[in-house]
Amino acid sequence: MFVSTGKELLEICKEKNIPIWEYTIREEIEAVEVPREKVIERMKSTLHVMMNSSTYAQDNIVKSVSGLIGGDAYKIRKYAESGKTLTGEFMNKAMARAISSSEVNAAMGRIVACPTAGSCGILPAVIISAGEKLNSSEDQLIQGLFTAAGVGILIAKNATLAGAEGGCQAECGSAAAMASAAVVEMMGGTPEQALTAAAIVIKNILGLVCDPVAGLVEVPCAKRNIAGTVSALTTADLVMSGVYSKIPFDEVVWAMYKVGRQMPAELRETSQGGIAITPTALKLKKEIFKE
Amino acid sequence: MRNYSVFDIIGPIMIGPSSSHTAGAARLAKVAAAISGGKIVRVEFHLHGSFAETYRGHGTDKALVAGILNMDPWDENLKNSIKIANERGIGVTFIPTDLGEVHPNTVKFIITKDDGNATQVSGSSIGGGNIFIFDIDGQEVEFTGERPTILTKHQDLPGVISKISSILYQENINIANMRVYRKGKGKMATMALETDTQVTEEAMGKIKNIKEIENVKFINPIVEGVI
Repeated sequence: MFVSTGKELLEICKEKNIPIWEYTIREEIEAVEVPREKVIERMKSTLHVMMNSSTYAQDNIVKSVSGLIGGDAYKIRKYAESGKTLTGEFMNKAMARAISSSEVNAAMGRIVACPTAGSCGILPAVIISAGEKLNSSEDQLIQGLFTAAGVGILIAKNATLAGAEGGCQAECGSAAAMASAAVVEMMGGTPEQALTAAAIVIKNILGLVCDPVAGLVEVPCAKRNIAGTVSALTTADLVMSGVYSKIPFDEVVWAMYKVGRQMPAELRETSQGGIAITPTALKLKKEIFKE
Repeated sequence: MRNYSVFDIIGPIMIGPSSSHTAGAARLAKVAAAISGGKIVRVEFHLHGSFAETYRGHGTDKALVAGILNMDPWDENLKNSIKIANERGIGVTFIPTDLGEVHPNTVKFIITKDDGNATQVSGSSIGGGNIFIFDIDGQEVEFTGERPTILTKHQDLPGVISKISSILYQENINIANMRVYRKGKGKMATMALETDTQVTEEAMGKIKNIKEIENVKFINPIVEGVI
């Protein structure tokens, strides 16, 4: 059975001298009783869906069903290639990838919930952008997804991945933490560094509320996927430079869970607080549901 | 503390925008259509709670119709489902309503077939694309559709359940979960029986032939696998 804490995970990885992704694959094989190739093959098919969703809205102007969002991935992609960016082509391409999946999701296209549909842009954008920069093979991207899944399992076991329970920190925060840990392992970091990255990402997003305008997975969700992507990528660099987290991963996850419990229901996906009840949000809601 | 597969965390693969309002809705409708069986000509969707309030924005309506058309929650044609249903002459109506003390994401299907018979199915989308069915034609049931499920309507007599379980035993099919519901002793009973492995054609045929069984349905799980 998959370990219950980050501390145990690090002990096992150290004892067996394996990365988090390898431990996660081994546990999956044992839990579902299917051969290793099948588990890998299914993750490969998942990666392919991610590749499509993170590309599609960069090449095509996509509009959401409600009309609230769309077209931003296309814009950012063009800008990324303009040579005029502040944070460079790498970061801008990553941002375009993140919002592409969110736009595809809102337009009823095919995505991978990772961990949720609302946060579906982060993991693909981070893994694919980092992979492009690091010249990673497809196998290495798949390994990254297993690292991410392992970290996600720990968060699911000890906290929650649902906005309705823990706010956006539980969705976009978890997605970014999973993604950052994955990139650290892709860059050759240790399991300990991977969990350090996850801890730092969560600390930086702690308390983020879930307040979707008109109850739709569009505003502010799509741009929070961009924010999560940037945080995951910069944190990976931070950790690879040798920076550590004073507070360990397990305790940060515990804090996230506690903060989620302390959040009023208005700020947990009910659209009764935060951005969702601003005058403009209420006006947009009225326009969307006018019929 | 529950156990998770990596694909619970990175997955499901689905059509957006919402695992509960879109993927779960498609899954519910696909199971409801399997329960109905036959050639469907008309469906009324009675939408409750959050489904009633936000079904348009989340594409819940399209997802429900897609499920009725036997599409999977990851089918890219899902968004065209209402048009496809129209072309096939299947009438669909959405009725926001209050179904009482049920989960906020609940729908009651009234599915009419070409022979005029109608089936009522109620179920909820409980998050992450997971569902459960809790009522069929006014009879309380409870199953999730995650495993192959056998639904029977049979006379409540001694030995009927044993006949079914021995057929499954002969075919080496393990029973994972079984619930029997009845209105009263000796009357009609309903059973939802979940198995670990696919129910074979052989077993289906034999179960259908049990004389106390008035009606039996075999519902296959919606398994993602490699897409």
